[in-house]
Amino acid sequence: MFSLLRSMWLVFLHTFHKRETYQYPEEKAPLPARWRGRIALTRDPDGGERCVGCYLCAAACPVDCISLQATEAPDGRRYPSFFRINFSRCIFCGFCEEACPTYAIQLLPDFEMAEYDRQNLVYEKEDLLINSQGKYPGYNYYRVAGMAIEGKDKGEAQHEEPPVNIKSLLP
Amino acid sequence: MTIYIDNKPYEVKPGKNLLEACLELGLNLPYFCWHPALGSVGACRQCAVKVFKDEDDKTGRLVMGCMEPVRDNLRLSIEDPGAKTFRDQVIGWLMTNHPHDCAVCDEGGSCHLQDMTVMTGHTYRNYRFSKRTFENQDLGPFISHEMNRCIQCYRCVRFYKDYAGGKDLNVFAAHNHVYFGRCENGTLESEFSGNLAEVCPTGVFTDKTLHSHYTRKWDMTWAPSVCQGCSLGCNTSAGERYGSLRQITNRYNGEVNGYFLCDRGRFGYEFVNSDQRILQAAIRPHYNGTTNKDHILEQVAQKVKNGRTIGIGSPRASLESNYALKLLVGEDNFYLGMSDTDHDHTSLALKILRDGPARTPSMQEAAKADVVFILGEDLTNTAPMLALAVRQAAQHKPESDAMGDIHVAAWQDAAVREAVQDKHGPVYIFHTVPTKLDELAEDIHRGAPEQLARLGFAIAQMLGADIVPVTGLSQEDAALAEKIAAALMTAEHPLIISGYGSGCDHMMKAAANIAWALQQKGRNPMLSLTLPEVNSMGLEILGGHRLDTALDVLRQGDADTVIVLENDLYRRADPHIIDEIFLHAQDVILIDHLYNRTAEKATVLLPAGTFAEADGTVVNNEGRAQRFYQVFVPKGDMQESWRWCLQIAEKAGITALQGLRNLDDIDLALTNGMPSLEPLQQLAPHAGFRINGQRIPREPHRYSGRTAILANENVSEPKPAEDVDTPLSFTMEGYRGEPPSPLIPFFWSPGWNSVQSVNKYQQEIGGHLHGGDPGIRLLEPHLNGGPHYFHEAPDTFVPIPGHVHIMPLYHIYGSEELSMYTPGIAQQAGEFCCLYLNPEDLAQWNIAPGNWVTIDLDHHACRLVATPNHWMPRGLGAVSAGMPHSPVVDLPVCVKLQA
Repeated sequence: MFSLLRSMWLVFLHTFHKRETYQYPEEKAPLPARWRGRIALTRDPDGGERCVGCYLCAAACPVDCISLQATEAPDGRRYPSFFRINFSRCIFCGFCEEACPTYAIQLLPDFEMAEYDRQNLVYEKEDLLINSQGKYPGYNYYRVAGMAIEGKDKGEAQHEEPPVNIKSLLP
Repeated sequence: MTIYIDNKPYEVKPGKNLLEACLELGLNLPYFCWHPALGSVGACRQCAVKVFKDEDDKTGRLVMGCMEPVRDNLRLSIEDPGAKTFRDQVIGWLMTNHPHDCAVCDEGGSCHLQDMTVMTGHTYRNYRFSKRTFENQDLGPFISHEMNRCIQCYRCVRFYKDYAGGKDLNVFAAHNHVYFGRCENGTLESEFSGNLAEVCPTGVFTDKTLHSHYTRKWDMTWAPSVCQGCSLGCNTSAGERYGSLRQITNRYNGEVNGYFLCDRGRFGYEFVNSDQRILQAAIRPHYNGTTNKDHILEQVAQKVKNGRTIGIGSPRASLESNYALKLLVGEDNFYLGMSDTDHDHTSLALKILRDGPARTPSMQEAAKADVVFILGEDLTNTAPMLALAVRQAAQHKPESDAMGDIHVAAWQDAAVREAVQDKHGPVYIFHTVPTKLDELAEDIHRGAPEQLARLGFAIAQMLGADIVPVTGLSQEDAALAEKIAAALMTAEHPLIISGYGSGCDHMMKAAANIAWALQQKGRNPMLSLTLPEVNSMGLEILGGHRLDTALDVLRQGDADTVIVLENDLYRRADPHIIDEIFLHAQDVILIDHLYNRTAEKATVLLPAGTFAEADGTVVNNEGRAQRFYQVFVPKGDMQESWRWCLQIAEKAGITALQGLRNLDDIDLALTNGMPSLEPLQQLAPHAGFRINGQRIPREPHRYSGRTAILANENVSEPKPAEDVDTPLSFTMEGYRGEPPSPLIPFFWSPGWNSVQSVNKYQQEIGGHLHGGDPGIRLLEPHLNGGPHYFHEAPDTFVPIPGHVHIMPLYHIYGSEELSMYTPGIAQQAGEFCCLYLNPEDLAQWNIAPGNWVTIDLDHHACRLVATPNHWMPRGLGAVSAGMPHSPVVDLPVCVKLQA
């Protein structure tokens, strides 16, 4: 009997507490920066596409909802000629982001993707590529990797010596 | 003998090294510089194991597994902490300069270096200083070069120079700057350069054709296939993604191609993706503009029903397709779609191998020969992988001598090569023009093909063959013949090679005489004959009429409809003859995959599947029947040629083909109809074959993108295609263990993603696959009764005034029809429209080199560019054979020459 009254009293007290419920959609919930929501393809600090089409995101995806084709631009940079995510299958596990060696694919704090037609949940590269570095500003894969591209020759990446003169026998 | 690995006893074969022994037992031991075909050099220090003196020895000593032979009661440990740490540190050092670029590396996912790094547990880089870098080279259209990734294992140069005899890839510079490449930019000259992509344990050398439509190994749909490039039938794995063929890799076969492929086979696949493909059935003239498949089949069936139809088969179509056409048109109306010369050569080869007493070797057997005699064949261009086998055979004798002299095992590569230096076993080559194998030859003889064949007959006679004696030999020639005869007599496994390459059937006859004479003397000769195309032998076994008689039948009006199977007739006879066939035929129904000159004139086009879109069986020059499997289901109307024949037969009510539905049905009909092909039933598991109720998946277990590949068309995934013909499935679901050897779509084993995983599929390293190598030999020598020698040697070659006798010259790049659709191969193809003539002949006829000359071909004038070539004997000319749009097709031919 006492516990019953006590519970009623506690419920009554909540009437005077600060409200926890967000009046969504009028009021947006603040999402943490690492919220695993909508997937985007980000860009390098110099504006180039970060995705090099390595297929690791597709391989990591447990529901196999990512499909792409790698290709190479005349300047030597690799990029995906198409990049498709079927969000009607995506479970937002974030494995693709973990697998990505170039920080290209990122899950952003945005979940408002609902559609009436399932077909509209198929996102192509135009829908995915954003004009931002996302959560990892400053990272530029080609400045780390040993491959030469236009504007960054062999030996010009971070922690690289200039190319060897193979005709020299000096140590 | 017994060895103890980590205190467990194992039985191993003597003569191996510890690394081989461990791998054979299924244990994982990392390695880089060792390769099963190249032997051990102990350079990379990666396969270190601890070896213990006896049971009580707890300290042990580190040895390199690849350099230590197995001994009875040897105790070793792979798991010993000392050995493990050592391996971990070694790979740490190897990786100090390795760039941070797996993501953009084409080797990633099938990389031996990745696998070994994971296997040793070296997962984080400790090295924080700057990395060495190199400039890359442009190595031509087939191979990409990225030297930064190199770990200095030396396998590339050991394969390219020591194994394949290449000259232009080498190692430069010194200490930690060693550089593997050419002395300058340029296309790799070796015909086996593509193997560098598989031999290199990391991504220094990668497949450039794959790069142009790059896909990871795990993302491709694979199927066991057979190379369509020449008559040797090397086994390949073909990989597809998004409806196009992406890559051909080697599929190990312990009897045929072993670990390697030639560049024509590896890169000549791009015709499958060509924009010249016929995608839809079509009929001329269009009825209301529709190309309805059923409607067209109905029309074709009407024509076939009239019974005035003939069928022309093809040596590049499968046994099943040829047989289905044969039944569709009736046995009497089936013509072999080979040029008459090819037909003569192939039927002769079949007769020699089926009725003669000499055995034809598999390619791996040929590589073990101790004396090689090549009669009128430029192997590098007509049967490239056999040339590679001859290179191994030439090493055989000095290697075994060295092993006897200095007591080292065959796998001690550096020691053996040091002892061998540049010695070669006896190789004798007779050919009109220089060949790439000449550098191995002890004696070379040049001359007109007839002259060479005469000398071959003389050798056979010296060996005791009962033939008409060859007279008028010069003293030198007679001495050479004696020498070769003596060498062949003393050899334990003499190999005699001939074939279609010089366009002279007397060459094969001479080779057969020699082999048979040796056989009569109690020797054990091997006789290998090259043939023009992938299924030449199969088509000849099926049998049919000659192509020129087809024209007679049409001329007489006995037939009015022609069904052409996977064949460009303009490559089979001179253009004016084929034009006449089209003139007389009311309807030409073409079942083919490429829009070629024949397709331009055909009235009905039915799109056939290539080797990648069809199942079938082909028979190689050794008489080995091999099955190739469909890789993927194409869009459009494309299907197997035999399926087109079955569907036409159903509509036309042809009883011979009634009730046949799939590959097994037609193979059963084939073996019932031709009892000599009975072994085909054991060739591969039937369509109903299952392991634990499951099919064999064509896709690796990490195949990605299933729910996204077609989502742009429809978000609901379609049902995967079903395979009614084979036990393979078009999906990633199915039995994950090791499939039977004919059904291995790709080599993979846990922890072994690269092609090196093949060691998990072999009975012993470099030996047969588990359950035996795929393929069944249909031809075995006929040992009862003495041989029926070819008695008459050809007459001496005498130039005819005003005429030139034109022989064919074959080229690895250019002479084969389908591989020419690969841009890289077309780019390297030789000159066509050249008529090579002796400079003295040119002077005599007052022809300036480089001028056009006219030859008279059956009263049809052809123009060719006169090109001096001092290897040509007087009165003999040569034309590159098989080149696209070549005006002279049926070679050899004797023609009148006008300046």
